[in-house]
Amino acid sequence: MDKILEVKDLHVDFDTYNGTVHAIRGVNFHLNAGETLAIVGESGSGKSITVRSVLQLLASNATISKGEVLYHGDDLLQKSDKEMDKLRGNKISMIFQDPMTSLDPTMTIGKQVAEPLLIHNNISQKDALKRAEEVLRLVGIPNPAARMKDYPHQFSGGQRQRIVIAIAIVDYPEILIADEPTTALDVTVQAQIIDLLKELQQKIGTSIIFITHDLGVVAGIADRVAVMYAGRFVEYGSVDDIFYNPQHPYTWGLLDSMPTLDTNEDARLNSIPGTPPNLLDPPKGDAFAPRNAYAMQIDEEQQPPFFKVSKNHFAATWLLHPDAPKVTPPAAILNRYKKFEKLGGNAK
Amino acid sequence: MDQIPQIPKEKFKLVHDENNKEQEKIGTPSLTYMQDVRRRLFKNKVAVVCLTLLSIIVLISIFAPVIAPHDPNAQQVTLSNLPPKLGNLNIPGMNGYQNMGGHMVDAYKQAGAPKGTSFILGTDYLGRDLLSRIIYGTRLSLIVAVLATLVDLLIGVPYGIVSGWKGGRTDTVMQRIVEIVSSIPNLIVVILMMIVLKPGLTSIVIAIAITGWVTMARLIRAQTFQLKEQEYILAARTLGEPSMKIATKHLIPNLSSTIIIQTMFTIPNAIFFEAFLSFIGIGIPAPNASLGTLLSDGQKAFRFLPYQMWAPAIILSIIMIATNLLGDGLRDAFDPQSSEH
Amino acid sequence: MAKYILKRILYLFLTLFIIASITFFLMKLLPGTPFSNQNRMSADQLKIVKAQYGLDQSVGVQYVRYMVGLLHGNLGTSFQFNNEPVTALIGQRLAPSMQIGAQAMILGTVLGILLGAVAAIRKNTWVDTLATFISILGLSIPSFVLAVLLQFYLAYKWKIYPVALWDNFQSSVLPTLALTALPLGTVARFMRTEMVDVMSSDYIELAKSKGNPNWRVVAKHALRNSLIPVVTIIGPMAVSVMTGSMVVENIFSIPGIGEQFVKSITTNDYPTIMGLTIFYSFLLIIVYLIVDILYGLIDPRIRLGNGGKE
Repeated sequence: MDKILEVKDLHVDFDTYNGTVHAIRGVNFHLNAGETLAIVGESGSGKSITVRSVLQLLASNATISKGEVLYHGDDLLQKSDKEMDKLRGNKISMIFQDPMTSLDPTMTIGKQVAEPLLIHNNISQKDALKRAEEVLRLVGIPNPAARMKDYPHQFSGGQRQRIVIAIAIVDYPEILIADEPTTALDVTVQAQIIDLLKELQQKIGTSIIFITHDLGVVAGIADRVAVMYAGRFVEYGSVDDIFYNPQHPYTWGLLDSMPTLDTNEDARLNSIPGTPPNLLDPPKGDAFAPRNAYAMQIDEEQQPPFFKVSKNHFAATWLLHPDAPKVTPPAAILNRYKKFEKLGGNAK
Repeated sequence: MDQIPQIPKEKFKLVHDENNKEQEKIGTPSLTYMQDVRRRLFKNKVAVVCLTLLSIIVLISIFAPVIAPHDPNAQQVTLSNLPPKLGNLNIPGMNGYQNMGGHMVDAYKQAGAPKGTSFILGTDYLGRDLLSRIIYGTRLSLIVAVLATLVDLLIGVPYGIVSGWKGGRTDTVMQRIVEIVSSIPNLIVVILMMIVLKPGLTSIVIAIAITGWVTMARLIRAQTFQLKEQEYILAARTLGEPSMKIATKHLIPNLSSTIIIQTMFTIPNAIFFEAFLSFIGIGIPAPNASLGTLLSDGQKAFRFLPYQMWAPAIILSIIMIATNLLGDGLRDAFDPQSSEH
Repeated sequence: MAKYILKRILYLFLTLFIIASITFFLMKLLPGTPFSNQNRMSADQLKIVKAQYGLDQSVGVQYVRYMVGLLHGNLGTSFQFNNEPVTALIGQRLAPSMQIGAQAMILGTVLGILLGAVAAIRKNTWVDTLATFISILGLSIPSFVLAVLLQFYLAYKWKIYPVALWDNFQSSVLPTLALTALPLGTVARFMRTEMVDVMSSDYIELAKSKGNPNWRVVAKHALRNSLIPVVTIIGPMAVSVMTGSMVVENIFSIPGIGEQFVKSITTNDYPTIMGLTIFYSFLLIIVYLIVDILYGLIDPRIRLGNGGKE
């Protein structure tokens, strides 16, 4: 498969009042053509910053201190702002979290959707607006011709998110970055938006990086999943790998805190104790160690490398070291392992 | 990872959750809100400079009788309009010399001033020491500002709290009154009051206060409305705490930032009004000095004796600039989001 | 919208009525009579003059008379200035005041918007510091201090502009400049705050993610959104310009209504003070009304209501 995007050893720092926050501490991943990669993690884990680094849409106090972002083998971090502008909204575009604030309140939605076309193509205003209307129909805005001249406040939250999506796909991007596109929406609307994204991906064949803190959403859309914690990836693999054969205790914790169809009505959902580490002064070893019931001495001393679980499945935990003691994951995870075997996999 | 790192076996001992307690601590030392505000304020160099300047000006005003070298109202007609002179130092512009018909002349000698006489900022047309007048004038202007602000607080804050807290019809009626008062131009009310009342300190304070409280009342009302819905206030109400207690224990502390910031904008406003009224001749009556009357006197002689205007103009501007900037600094300190995000 | 405007106009009349009443009774509270040459008049003469101005009637009758006159646009007769009707007096003197007032408002607003926008775009750089410094100066230095300084240096010393004269555009330059500082400072400060806010909003980030070059983000999205709220401070600015013009007109001897007002105050010309008070109030209330309507018209969120919102 074609790797259209590859991020190598990305480090991002933020200058703050209290000192330098090492928000991203060596992230590696790639995106294949036509696939959907989900990045999952709790708020503050650095998912948003990771993808914003791809487009270089970071806050002014942020610096990408190290790493490469290869788009078709071309390092985007070496490009000028002008060169980046040519890619943004054209080859790589982005969907934002909060549809209530993402649209310009004083511009008609027709113009907002047409804007990327006018920036990137030599196209008349009229043609651009016509195309915008088509795309609005495509994303499911009823009666788009009549609504082109309406302003954002005249639409509901779900409709606004459809408009934001229309803006992102109007120029048929190769890569679509969706930064928690469903978080601010009602659950029923969430499902619609996920379906819409899947449908659009089929129609225009774009690759999607989907960011969320909600594992439930991931199952419906992603091909591959990466789990992020405290500025690093801790585990990545196919959806089945992550859901049914998780290896990192953090992934266990995430899955364990999520209700499934098998969860009893009266069962209590587990939560991960404690809070993420302070990235002003990142821990030396595994950042998850202090919250990890399975932590070993080595976890506090040395960052675990990625251990290969299967062909495309990797996890950064010392538990996978041959010398590590065999531990028993929580019961819910063991249930998942059973399912994995039914699926024909070979769970650990 | 194809190569598996070699690690000593004993390192793979499970340590379990003996660390769990430790990591509950929050990384940075926690500060109370007021400590945080103070820290942010003192980190702001501009605000610190302004605060220092204002403190000096206030101190000088308080101790005016001790500091002023002369009686500000003592006239010595023979020594009128003398240029600035700083002891016997021969600094151009501060040596008592004056340009007369193209020649620099020792104005002090010409006026027959006794040896050793020197007025640091010169004298006015009645031979009064300008420095002393400025010190006393600043004092008067500050008194006006403080009194006007006080009245502002005493009317505006309770009015806003009651209006916001009661809501409903009380609020509607109170807001109508505010609307009408605020649609009458401030200055016109002030001028009308000054015409009707006897010119003087009290009249100025009353005139400024009559319109000044409206802005404060509006801000406080809006904030009270918000606070009323906060959980801790709701909790206090559910527990049956009397309104008076809620107001003093919960509302006032949370309104303090709004009050302090608004005060920093009321003060220059009052100073400006006083100067304005005195400048057009209906403010502080002669012979008392205020920054306004000094500017008015200075303006008349400005063409020939510019120093008489410059000194009060600079002091007035410094006070205005410093209070405005300090107000900004305080706002940033109380609400870091307003400037930082 | 129409209903709102109608309601506002009703309020306008109510406010004017209250102002007129307050003004009237305040003037009646004043000690002594308004005639400067009173001492030289005999009792009989005084009686005749009083009758001429209707001052021999009871306060109630005078009040009704004044208010009826007001309804017909009659603001009374000046005691000074050759017994001219106050309306005529205002009519003659309105043009110069309006000219320097409008010039100052326009210049101050345009420069203020530029200064504020530049400061916001170059936030936390020396450009921002300089712009903030300029706007603080504009806000802090009273217009009459500035007027005297401008008059001394630009007119008296360097003779670039006339010292105190009113004929052509040249003579309006200095008073305009003296009055410009305050609106400039106010607008610049307001604009900066608004624009910094807008620049950090989600829709600006989205605009950047579309591939808009920086200038286009500012021109197409940031400017318009930060300009709309600036409209709201035009009202308060008009008040400050009006205040300033009273002294500035005096300093530059401009035959405007501000100068007239101050002159009337110092000569106890009550009908003129009353008339001008009502006129000023009327002017400002109208400005506030127009600004509010304008704001509703240019902000689609208000113009189109909240239809369709969840």
